[in-house]
Amino acid sequence: MKLRTLTLGLLSASALAFAAHAESITIATVNNGDMVRMQKLTEDFTKANPDIQLNWVTLEENVLRERVTTDIATKGGQYDVMTIGTYEVPIWAKQSWLLPLDKLGDDYDAKDIIPAIAGGLSVDGKLYAAPFYGESSFVMYRKDLMEKAGLKMPDAPTWDFIKQAADKMTDRANGVNGVCLRGKAGWGENMAFLTAMSNSFGARWFDENWKPQFDQPEWKKTLQFYVDLMKADGPEGASSNGFNENLALFQQGKCGMWIDATVAASFVSDPKASQVADKVGYALAPDNGLGKRGNWLWAWSLAIPAGTKKADAAEKFVSWATSKHYAELVASKEGWANVPPGTRSSLYANAEYQKAAPFAKMTLDSINAADPTHPTVKPVPYVGVQFVAIPEFQGLGTTVGQLFSAALAGQSSVDDALKQAQDAATAAMTEGGYIK
Amino acid sequence: MARAVTTQHKTIATVAAWIVALLIFFPILYTIITSFKSEQEAIQGFALIPSGTFESYTEVQAQSGYFKFFFNSVLLSVGSTVLALLVAIPAAWSMAFSPTKRTKDILMWMLSTKMMPAVAVLFPIYLIFRDTGLLDSRIGLMVMLMLINLPIVVWMLYTYFREIPGEILEAARMDGASLWNEIIYVLTPMAVPGIASTMLLNIILAWNEAFWTIRLTTTEAAPLTAFISSFSSPQGLFWAKLSAASTLAIAPILIMGWFSQKQLVRGLTFGAVK
Repeated sequence: MKLRTLTLGLLSASALAFAAHAESITIATVNNGDMVRMQKLTEDFTKANPDIQLNWVTLEENVLRERVTTDIATKGGQYDVMTIGTYEVPIWAKQSWLLPLDKLGDDYDAKDIIPAIAGGLSVDGKLYAAPFYGESSFVMYRKDLMEKAGLKMPDAPTWDFIKQAADKMTDRANGVNGVCLRGKAGWGENMAFLTAMSNSFGARWFDENWKPQFDQPEWKKTLQFYVDLMKADGPEGASSNGFNENLALFQQGKCGMWIDATVAASFVSDPKASQVADKVGYALAPDNGLGKRGNWLWAWSLAIPAGTKKADAAEKFVSWATSKHYAELVASKEGWANVPPGTRSSLYANAEYQKAAPFAKMTLDSINAADPTHPTVKPVPYVGVQFVAIPEFQGLGTTVGQLFSAALAGQSSVDDALKQAQDAATAAMTEGGYIK
Repeated sequence: MARAVTTQHKTIATVAAWIVALLIFFPILYTIITSFKSEQEAIQGFALIPSGTFESYTEVQAQSGYFKFFFNSVLLSVGSTVLALLVAIPAAWSMAFSPTKRTKDILMWMLSTKMMPAVAVLFPIYLIFRDTGLLDSRIGLMVMLMLINLPIVVWMLYTYFREIPGEILEAARMDGASLWNEIIYVLTPMAVPGIASTMLLNIILAWNEAFWTIRLTTTEAAPLTAFISSFSSPQGLFWAKLSAASTLAIAPILIMGWFSQKQLVRGLTFGAVK
């Protein structure tokens, strides 16, 4: 009896010791297909690292952004790994809120990360977040409607061609809109699209002295073109359409063209969800012959907040989730088409991936065509293609987005919207100390 | 003739009430209908007849365990309500039976705290929770929910207690009842309907609270509001799954509300007509 008690005691003590040794890390993430898939595949990680437990917190994008900002600014220590975008990384790294990722392992091969993406996630040559999936934007179009219109989409179209094709494809009697573009106000909604578009028109948010540029002819051309195009060929109520609304319209066959995130390609070409899955073609985002295209660059990335007490375990996880091994794991379980896109050059060199994802080449070309450090024709003092990587941008971008959305809805003129945007930007930059 | 007019009026009133009720309930009904559709059906436009698939429910359950969130919701809403009643019954008692010149002002001040946007105090509260180690704790969130609903609980109880004649309490006192005996054995039994409806309303408010419950929790204390939030996606149409998650989250409180609607209505209209 005594022996049994002693054995039980020893077993309990060793179990407790193991439990105390096991570290649990909390990962904050967004709800999208790739992230959900990763949660399902974590057994591979926990098998190799039995001393690390994973806790997941999945939140809506805006709530996640607010939660992790609050946590990191107050050093709340609630998260050990955070899912953040290319907008946050340079700002937070400069504030010393993130740990540099310099222990990702010998076989990690950081040089394999697509240079444009790595550049957006690095400060002073150090990587502060590892990309989980990357995206740019491009044109998705209906091959059948294009043919019916008697046109052929070039690989690299101009805005004039988009306008011409949209006019011809629009068939309102049959519910077909020539083009669907974002109109919903928000720095990550219509302003992501319009800022990227403005780059191809030669516009910029600020000059080298941080003076807002909405009073310049390039912005007038951009906004006027956008409003005219959408009025003639866009869907009804476009000022409230964001990514999801346009995705629904395109999948139901109500858009001739849609210019948006490259990640949408996997949705519109999925026969289970899309009625036009076998009729979609892809092209680079349009340009105006000025040397810059209207495409953006974004990467949902995994970063480690400086306040974590479990940095080693967190970095092990980040390394696993963004490794070549993870891509192979996804491919073996769910097929190459489901591997997170846009992060590693080796994926695009893989013949099996190219076969499984017909949009692969266009995605890579689009990502490579974006340069966050030289986003537009003229020089700028900021980093970011479809955003300006300064803390003030979230608020200012949304304010300007509301003004431009109102112009699209016909509640104000293009000139009024630009004048108000100029005033709002001047006030924000003066208050922020950028303009002396 | 008079009877005919009354019947006609009654019919019109009944039809109007049904139309209004359906209008109010329709978004919930449509959420439930959508939860039984496939994702493709869900985006195809308005349709009242779903294909009846359970795939969204299966996927929602597989993606994030419902019961942990459900358990937290029950614990937080019931716990915060019990805490609120423990504080509010004595407070409302003193205001109703021993009012001072400032009682009305205090009541108004309490209510005025509800007019402040919650986000204005997000950082101070977050820092307090961080420094006291209450982030992602059920106890911390219970106290928070108790505090934000306390003004309404005190107000409701105060209104009920005012309906109880003070003479009854005086009679108890003359019979030698102590303060606690007076509250527990005389006041509380008489105010049971009022306390019950206050309790029900507070449980509903705490169940549906989505600002603090999402912002002060991560994994351990996260209730069903966080569960729903995790299904909202900026890139991808998961309306059927989101509807299934919402239906699972509102079902318990909807069923509770259905069975206790008489008490709720009675409580909410108590003292409205004298």
